[in-house]
Amino acid sequence: MVTITVDMDKCQHYGQCCFEADDVFALNDDGQLEYVKEADESRRADIESAADVCPMQAITVE
Amino acid sequence: MAASVVVVGAGLGGLRAAESLRAAGFEGVITVVGDEPSMPYNRPPLSKEALSAGVHAAELEFRRKPSVADVNWQLGSPVVSSHLAARTLTLADGTQLAFDGLVIASGIRPRRLPIPGPEAGRHVLRTAHDAMSVRDYLAPGRSAVIMGAGFIGCEVAATARGLGSEVHVVAIDEQPMIRPLGAELGLGMRARHLKHGVDFHLGRTVQEFLGGDQVTSVLLDDGTELPASVVVEAVGSVCNVEWLEGNGLDLTDGVLVDQGMVVDFEVPIVAVGDVARHPNSLFGNIPRRIEHWNIPTETGRRAGASLAALLRGEQPDQGPFSAMPAFWSDQYHHKIQSFGMPGIATSSQLVEGSADEACIFEYSDDTGLVGVVGVDRTAELAPYRKQLLER
Repeated sequence: MVTITVDMDKCQHYGQCCFEADDVFALNDDGQLEYVKEADESRRADIESAADVCPMQAITVE
Repeated sequence: MAASVVVVGAGLGGLRAAESLRAAGFEGVITVVGDEPSMPYNRPPLSKEALSAGVHAAELEFRRKPSVADVNWQLGSPVVSSHLAARTLTLADGTQLAFDGLVIASGIRPRRLPIPGPEAGRHVLRTAHDAMSVRDYLAPGRSAVIMGAGFIGCEVAATARGLGSEVHVVAIDEQPMIRPLGAELGLGMRARHLKHGVDFHLGRTVQEFLGGDQVTSVLLDDGTELPASVVVEAVGSVCNVEWLEGNGLDLTDGVLVDQGMVVDFEVPIVAVGDVARHPNSLFGNIPRRIEHWNIPTETGRRAGASLAALLRGEQPDQGPFSAMPAFWSDQYHHKIQSFGMPGIATSSQLVEGSADEACIFEYSDDTGLVGVVGVDRTAELAPYRKQLLER
């Protein structure tokens, strides 16, 4: 299981993570980031990519 | 014996290349050489929140994947020369390094213009150290003169106003950020800065810095004299390629690479990030340097895989490189986000909102849509990005 944490104090809702793993990260209608906190191990590579491309480096993957 | 790789440059591109080498199965020694004393850190905050709240390089460090825990970090001394055919490098402190494979990730540095007058008081903004030096001068009662109205200049202007400093922006351009954003949105951004009290001197150049030991004012070409507690020079960049001279590489505007980020040379060499002039199949495969934040990550991923293949004696992936360039900017709580290459467009068109409020602009050339920029419309850009990917 992959555990995802986003530091919402750092997150600026740029949504770059959504393009890497749209089943985990999404911007809602108000432009705010929403995400699921756990994902299947098979999704790890894309979720790590999402963490890599976050301009604010707000995403932690464990 | 296992092969060794030296990565020249300890920024984001160097880090991602090292991680990608490991992900591609490279098990040899990796040494990353950096001129700054810090581990790889995130630079965009240096002109924004880190400049405003105080600069702590350690807090800006990128998380490093466990796969690169065994990398040697040789920090604090730049590479000054290289003999690539002999696979050797020399650092400023005299250290010699040998390699089987090389990653060029040496990036760019701020351009300095030869302008007469005192040196003290003139600053650039590229490193955490630079930001710390500038920070002390941004306060009420102080006056900042910013040279250049590109993204860094405008971000520093916004941050400096937020800290209460008087701000003058001097630039030869007719609008701020005109090259990436075009004249119409540039004018819209100028209106936002004017609302926050920035004093623009557009179409102007700095003729001379005035003062004794330290700059105290700046003389423009129209005779205007601006008070200056600090000068921040943000007038473009220069590639760090001097250490590669004498090896017969194409160094006209960075380091020319192919779609796999591979340099055409007899030894396995790749280049990444700001310094890599690379083709992108979304934009006609014309080799270009792209100084956007996500490019070191995208080129680093590709370059690490290519170099690992070369060191195994295999052909790297010959498929097209088609990463979507993206950048972001924050100015007074306004969020600017771009996808594609608006800077190469020949025309721009407002498609939503208005230029001085929340808006979306499309950018085109004779091949069609090449870029999109949104201001305070981040969530609505996804369909435009998709359209760009389908070009």
